This record gives sequence, structure tokens and C-alpha cells, in this order.
Amino acid sequence: MTKYNLPVGPQHPALKEPASFWFKVEGEVIVDVDIRLGYNHRGIEKACESRNYIQCLYLLERICGICSHAHTTAFAQGVEEILGLEIPARAKYIRVIIAELERIHSHLLWLGVAGHEIGFDTLFMYAWRDRETVLDILELISGNRVNYAMNTIGGVRRDIDQAKREQILGMLDPLAERVKFYTDLVTSEPTCLARLENVAPVPADKAVALGTVGPTARASGIKVDVRRDDPYAAYAEIPFEVITSERGDLLGRAIVRLGEIGESVKIIKYALQNLPEGPLTVKAPRKVAAGEAVSRVEAPRGEDIHYVRADGSDHPERVKVRAPTLANLFAVGESMKGAYVADIPIVIASIDPCFSCTDRMIELVQSRTGTSSVMTWEELREYGIRWYGHGHRS
Amino acid sequence: MLEKLVKRSQVSSPWLVHFNSGACNACDIEVVDTLTPRFDLERFGVLLKATPRHADILVCTGPVTRQTKDRLIRIYRQMPAPRFVVAVGSCACTGGVFHGCYCVYGGVDAVIPVDAYIPGCPARPDAIIDGVVKLLAKLRGDAPPCAAKNSREAI
Repeated sequence: MTKYNLPVGPQHPALKEPASFWFKVEGEVIVDVDIRLGYNHRGIEKACESRNYIQCLYLLERICGICSHAHTTAFAQGVEEILGLEIPARAKYIRVIIAELERIHSHLLWLGVAGHEIGFDTLFMYAWRDRETVLDILELISGNRVNYAMNTIGGVRRDIDQAKREQILGMLDPLAERVKFYTDLVTSEPTCLARLENVAPVPADKAVALGTVGPTARASGIKVDVRRDDPYAAYAEIPFEVITSERGDLLGRAIVRLGEIGESVKIIKYALQNLPEGPLTVKAPRKVAAGEAVSRVEAPRGEDIHYVRADGSDHPERVKVRAPTLANLFAVGESMKGAYVADIPIVIASIDPCFSCTDRMIELVQSRTGTSSVMTWEELREYGIRWYGHGHRS
Repeated sequence: MLEKLVKRSQVSSPWLVHFNSGACNACDIEVVDTLTPRFDLERFGVLLKATPRHADILVCTGPVTRQTKDRLIRIYRQMPAPRFVVAVGSCACTGGVFHGCYCVYGGVDAVIPVDAYIPGCPARPDAIIDGVVKLLAKLRGDAPPCAAKNSREAI
């Protein structure tokens, strides 16, 4: 059979690590995948070296607009570790509340995008409508819907008072109801099952070998979670379950993410009801003594690692960030082998790389004749929906 | 005659194409948010299209990085004239927090002419809707034309 090269990308500008996927396809089946990284590089790590620690926080917040709080928490924790600061208990709880709200907003966003990629636009609209509740809560607390700027070195910048606390608790219950509805929907709706069940599975041993993190690893039955394994902020004091699934396929990832929303709601409720009294910040010096620290945070997509080295001045000597998508991309590449061209959008979307709605070009090059045709991401998505609509693979 | 028809259809149902030239995702999700039930930009006849060849308005988010510069120009050239560019977010307006980074050229207007600027980090969906509606008013001729109008043919 003729082999085709199918480049997807090279631009995937939604993340810190935009990726390009080169698929080698035989008919409809993908036989090999090559992943290329490094597009859309802004030079944030270098820019950090010429800014002071407080300015760095705002810059690092903009690595990714979806897990902005995870990045600033990781950086602030690193700097606090070098300084030997212990932040107040109330600040720890507020960090947890914001982090979990961010997780809910990220997972609902993912559910919507996944719905869109499989041609289930009603799910997309429903999920994004309910996501507005979370954004309202975040706006209530921080004053901004995205990029909350809550963290500072030595604590948090805004408080949650009694009135806000009650208002937030009232908004969470309807949300938990909706999440139950989505869990039923995803596990029983034939459209979802046809596109998610047994597609591109990653078995547990492969998930470990490929270094997956976060929901992608947990969907393969691996119980890794920085919140439990290496508790930071107030996670050591808050009871919660690590949601896993033995399935390993795309349905497993959806079940894990939806389960995590339920857990996040419980964590936020517990944290709000047990919010300790006290100050929000401890005073942090402007200059940081020489030293280095590695800080880990469970971002919505998995383990986010920040390395900070200080040289005694008011700006860091080196900042290094390893965002979770980089760790998960290789599992996508492996699990793609043997999958169908029609599955490309949903399999790539399944690790939540925010491939949402930018126009991307796909070039179909027939290797023998050298002829090529150009497809956009949207056309590929429609192709996938049509292909399944015609009853292939049933 | 034909120009009048084109203008009328553009004003009553502008088609958008969204391009991320290096944004952090925040403005992108807010752009998509405007299409979802809470804000529903579609009630103004606005449709998000997948390809620049169908679009009247290019919605750009993020600073322009070295890697995306050529692509942005290519996408702009693929759009049929008359075409309009909206820069969403502080980064797209001026380069924002990434101003001065070695891999960033600056705002979208460093590469292609821009017709409307919507500041904010990220720009709120309300602000994006307001910006698009103001641009439509400008197209209709209700507002004085901005400086970028004549430079549109520059590229």
C-alpha cells in the first residue's frame, strides 16, 4: 500500500511548547509519528533573568493562560524555598482554592474541546457554559477571569472574606450536579463511546516508560499525583482521592478528568470551611541569597517543574520550566501508532494540549508521486466525523 | 454596485478567522468564549471560520514571534480584500509583557496593519464584543476612519 507523509502543524501555538506532528500513514492507519517541538518560542526563561522576582511572577503567569496559577505557585515556592520562608497557613489554603478552581476550569474547557473534536458541539457549548461559573468565582476572588495574579513571594495578594466564602459555596453545588450529568453522558452516550472507547490506548507499563504525568498517566492506572506524593501548600491537610482509571484509552482520560472535577469541588469546599485565620503574607526580602531550588506543582495537565537559581541579586540567575505537556506528548506519539487518520484530532486533544481553534495546515504528500494536498485542522476534524459517520470501524 | 454588496454583507455578517501569533492561550480562550452561550457573538451575525480565504476579519492574539511572523503575513495575504485586522489583548497591541524578548517582534502592527485594538490581559469577552461591534460601526461609516485604513494595501 502507498505510504503517505502527513504533517500536522508545524504550528500549534496554543501552548508553551507548540508541536508539529509528522504522521506516516498507510491507507487510513498511522504507522509512524515524528514530533517536533520548539515553534512559537518567546524566550520567557531568558527574559526572567533581566527582571526582578516580582516581575518574573507576572511574566511566568503568562507562560500559559490556562494553568497560570500553577506556574506562579511553582516559581513562588521555589523562591520561598531558597529564602527559607514559611508562608502563612491562610495563604496556603487560598493557593489551594485557586489551584483547584483552575483545575475545574481547565478540565471543563478540555471536555468542551474534546466534544468539539468528535463533532459533539452541544457538549462543547454545555461545558463552556458551566465553565463560566468557575470564571465568575475566580473573578469574584481575584478580579480577573484568567491570569489571576494571586501569588506573590511569601503568600497571596487577596483574601476570601466570609461573604465571598458563602457565595462561592452556593455556586459550587449546581456545578457538582452538572459534572455528575457529564460523567453519565460521556460514559453512556453512543457518540462519545464510539469515538473514545478503545481508541489509542496507553498500557500502564508504556505510560511509565514514556514518562507521562497527570491525568494522562492516571488514566493508565498509574497513581501519580504531586499533591499526594510530595504535598505542597495545604494539600497535606486536605483529604482527597487520586482518581485513576485502568482503561488507558481516551474514555479513561475523560473519566479521570471528570472525576477530578468532583474531587476539586470537595477540596474547595473543605478548604473554604476550614480556612485558617491569620495574615496573607510574610515579608520577603527583595534580594534573594545565592541558592537553588526545584519546585513541583500538580498543574491541571500534570506535573509542572520549575528550577530557580539565585545569585544574591534581586533577579534570578536562571529559571527553567518543564510544563506537563512536554512529558505527555511522547505518549501521544506512541499511542497514535495503529490508530486511524480520523482519530488524530481527538487523540492529540486527549492530553489537553489546548489545540482549540487555531487554523493549522495539514499537508498530504504522496511519497511516490510527490503530489500534495493541503488540509486545515478544521477539514481534518470534519473528515474524521464524516469517516465515523459512514460506519467505518463498526 | 458589487462593492456596496460586499460592504453590506461584511457589516451584517462578518466572518472571522482567529490566529494565535504567540499568545499564552488566555486571549484565545476568551475569543472562543465569546462564541459560547453566555456571550454569543453569533447574534451579531459573526461566524468563526477555519480558513483565512473565507474571512473578512483577522482576529490576532499574542505578540508576534520570529517563527510566526511569516505565517501571519501569509495568512493576511490569503484573505480577500477588503480585510480587517483586530488585535486582541495587550500582547497583540504592543507586545505587552513580552516586549523586548529576543524572539518577539512586538505587537501585531509591527508586521501587518491593524484596524482595531482591544487591550486587556486577557481582553474580556465583553471587551472583544465591544471592539468587534465598534469595528462594524466603522465599516458602516458611523465612525471616523482610523489611520490604518489607508495602510491596509501596504502589504
